[in-house]
Amino acid sequence: EASDFCLYWKWRHLYVPRNYDPTLHPFEVPREYTRALNATKLERVFAKPFVASLDGHRDGISCITKHAKSLSTIISGACDGEVKVWNLPRQECLRTVQAHEGFVRGICSRFCGTSFFTVGDDKTIKQWNWEAPGYGVREEPINTILGKAVFTGIDHHQREGTFVTCGQTVDIWDEQRSSPIRSFSWGVDSFSCVRYNPVETELLASCASDRSVVLYDTRESAPLRKVIMQLRSNTLCWNPMEAYYFTCANEDYNLYTYDIRHLDVPVTVHMDHVSAVLDVDYSPTGREFVSASFDKTIRIFPKDKGHSREVYHTKRMQHVICVRWSADNKYVLSGSDEMNIRLWKANASEKLGLLSAREKAATHYNKKLIEKFQHHPQVRRIARHRHLPGDILKQKRELREMREAQRRKEQNVRKHSKPGSVPLLTEKEKHVVAVVE
Amino acid sequence: MLVFGFWTTKICNTRNCFNKIVLIALFSLTFHCNGFASIVCPDLKKILTKFDSPSRWFMLGKKCKVPAGARERLKEAIAISEAMSEHAQKQAARYDLLLPEDAGFLEGDEDEDTNTISQADIADAVDITSGSKYFNLHLSQFGPYRLDYSRTGRNLLVGGKKGHVACIDWQTKDLKCEMNVMETVNDVKWLHTEAMFAVAQKRWLYIYDSKGVELHCVKKFNDVLRMQFLPYHFLLATASATGFLQYLDVSIGKEVAAICTKMGRLDVMAQNPHNAVIHLGHPNGTVSLWSPNQKESLVKMLCHRGAVRSLAVDKTGTYMVTSGLDRKLKVYDIRAFKPLHSCFLPAGASCLSLSQRGLLSAATGEIVQVYQNVLGSNPVSKPYMAHRLRGQIWGLAYCPFEDVLGIGHGEGFTSMIVPGAGEPNFDALDTNPYRSHKQRQEWEVKALLEKVQPELIGLDPGQLSKVDQASFEQRHKEQIEALGFDPLAKDKFKPRTKKKGRSSAGAIEKRKRKVAHEDQRDEIRQSVQERTEREKELKEKSNEKKLGNKSTLDRFRK
Repeated sequence: EASDFCLYWKWRHLYVPRNYDPTLHPFEVPREYTRALNATKLERVFAKPFVASLDGHRDGISCITKHAKSLSTIISGACDGEVKVWNLPRQECLRTVQAHEGFVRGICSRFCGTSFFTVGDDKTIKQWNWEAPGYGVREEPINTILGKAVFTGIDHHQREGTFVTCGQTVDIWDEQRSSPIRSFSWGVDSFSCVRYNPVETELLASCASDRSVVLYDTRESAPLRKVIMQLRSNTLCWNPMEAYYFTCANEDYNLYTYDIRHLDVPVTVHMDHVSAVLDVDYSPTGREFVSASFDKTIRIFPKDKGHSREVYHTKRMQHVICVRWSADNKYVLSGSDEMNIRLWKANASEKLGLLSAREKAATHYNKKLIEKFQHHPQVRRIARHRHLPGDILKQKRELREMREAQRRKEQNVRKHSKPGSVPLLTEKEKHVVAVVE
Repeated sequence: MLVFGFWTTKICNTRNCFNKIVLIALFSLTFHCNGFASIVCPDLKKILTKFDSPSRWFMLGKKCKVPAGARERLKEAIAISEAMSEHAQKQAARYDLLLPEDAGFLEGDEDEDTNTISQADIADAVDITSGSKYFNLHLSQFGPYRLDYSRTGRNLLVGGKKGHVACIDWQTKDLKCEMNVMETVNDVKWLHTEAMFAVAQKRWLYIYDSKGVELHCVKKFNDVLRMQFLPYHFLLATASATGFLQYLDVSIGKEVAAICTKMGRLDVMAQNPHNAVIHLGHPNGTVSLWSPNQKESLVKMLCHRGAVRSLAVDKTGTYMVTSGLDRKLKVYDIRAFKPLHSCFLPAGASCLSLSQRGLLSAATGEIVQVYQNVLGSNPVSKPYMAHRLRGQIWGLAYCPFEDVLGIGHGEGFTSMIVPGAGEPNFDALDTNPYRSHKQRQEWEVKALLEKVQPELIGLDPGQLSKVDQASFEQRHKEQIEALGFDPLAKDKFKPRTKKKGRSSAGAIEKRKRKVAHEDQRDEIRQSVQERTEREKELKEKSNEKKLGNKSTLDRFRK
């Protein structure tokens, strides 16, 4: 009756009859194109990636590590031997430990999440408790191991109680022992970085100072093979989703992704930095990685593309030494020379927090629109546009000119010499010197 | 929600006669969710048998041609996107089952001709609301009337030649505004909503509010004779007596283009709703097609032996109906620019209008005739309906989602019932005749956000989705020059050297020749396949034409 009547008229607007006849909806393509253009522009408008800066260290930051089990804790080591534990949501330092005298060269957290290891310039490996000691109790490491030479990096096994350090040699340690259970070396001066493969947990890789990357298997007694490049690699990172890929950050401003089965040619060469690349870390999805460079920027690359999709920089951020991608795929942490750790969004225009269903639908739709029309020149122009600081822009142009000049010279030499005498090398083939077994 | 939708739109359409029983049935149905399927199923089964074989679904749309030397990735990408497109078309076609309303029609008795049935008879035979849609407004003082229905079909704008302008909600007969502009009125047009309308007065173009308040007097647009509004581009196209075709963007208020057509007085104008191209008819019998991006016409067609009197284009943009002083009514296929058929009218039709469902109304003098099945290859013999008025007919327009034809003439305005003219199922998110003010606000914002730029107006509206082969080839050429080699070319076959004397020079040459022959064979196979496919397509098309096979899914074919 009257109440039924009122109920209908109250909810009348929700009855939305649809007709998908295409003649009732003309100009499908131009309207979608306009929506894609608007979506690209709005994405640029909302691209504000900087979230917070963690202040407190008194010297440049040399390494950052994530907690194995908790998303909100990270630990960072500075060049004066100080190690700080941070709470990210509150952007506070929970605890400070004077771990070493001299640089803290590496930190790694144990897989169970109860302790972490640090190595430093004072030739020691220390294991600390993740919880802070009680009131009035002095900060003491659980375990200290003295070594013969400086250790430059450390990484922990995914499941067992072993860890590996690198310095003069690559040593595998058992937590209970005070001397390494195995030592690998290949006539090399020193190693700068060592990493366990997160999927194939018995594989290791390390960057050596003879411009090579060496692969090891902990079940073997000798290293597997090495690939020698033209310039030295600073760090490397394994792809957490694909066990056979790793990416190394090289001094010649590029990053190289290798397949361990075919080390003679890199899978991709990632070129966009204008100075030495110092650190690289993969996203937990394995589809993208972030790289930190001496040129005061961090760049995010898709795993299979040769150029970066995103560049983050600030006037206040100086040479970025280390970078990490958070385990929930949302944030990137960068530690730099000027004693600050910065927290950035991995997707610069993403809205943080809980989204309503409508917001989620709109974000998905916009993302798909941009993907659909990504090749149209107007959309591409807007989506690609990033502001770069003046120095970096100038350096980029200079590098481009240098490369153009080299290419032109090579072409001329090829044109004026016997056909076939000057071989055509693709970009990928140019950078590997040798693969040694 | 099938049943729900069905019942509620019934209620919407017959707002004045609320059936209590229907309402109670509505709410009781919601509580019997289990019985839902059993209520719906019998009807669904009947409808589903219409779509007989599953192969019908897969006939939707044309397949994209994979280029000969394509790489694996490209082939995969094309296959995936085609599969998705097919799926989307199928889903859209399946929704047809859920459309709540059906179109009606007029059927006479055994020996009765439908065009002898008068409007008064029809009004008596149908229900009160539909019957009230036949009415006359006696306005004999202010000259013959031009009219325009708003896009949703709720509001009607009438403009008399001697200056009388009024806007009415014609269903409730609610007068929104009425005024006399004290000047000759050449044409009236609604803009994108019922809040603004444009009046082409003797000297300049005026824009008024729905309350009759003058908002703008656009002096740049002078001597305007005819206007057309392009709804998705927010462009008002005006044809003037001085031969200028001008476009005004009503969202930003700027003149987008002013084209000097150099073809004399522009009196006959129509728009193609499919691609927003303006058709102009000229006194030398030609019809020219214009877009705001070009100073010359896109196409010029010779249509009649005398002057073109009126033009109409159907909503799919395939057919154009023209009438001329040579007393002929011609139907053209615009996509191919070919004449389909022509018929002889005793007097040339001064006004033409095409409804949403393809009914053509032609006005000659004081008589309006409505024809059915005009668009197609079969010539039309006799009219579906006819109506005689008092007064010279000056304007003709179909109401968008109603079975109503509005006629403006010398004695005022007449609204005529034409069963089967309007589209029965509207899309509530596009043009909704029953929208609330909130829905209108939301729609207006969304429409403005996706306003198409005038640069995209052309003969093919879907050109953006096509591959630009020319610029790809040019870029490829530049790439070859820059690099010194062709990156897309296949590598020359280098045979592996075998042991045990199998890699002598002769053996290597033999192996190379074998591969070369294989490549040649592949090419020949490809070309033969393409030829057979083309022949098959032609055969199918000719077969279809013979049988005249039409299905409801035809309009989803891209």
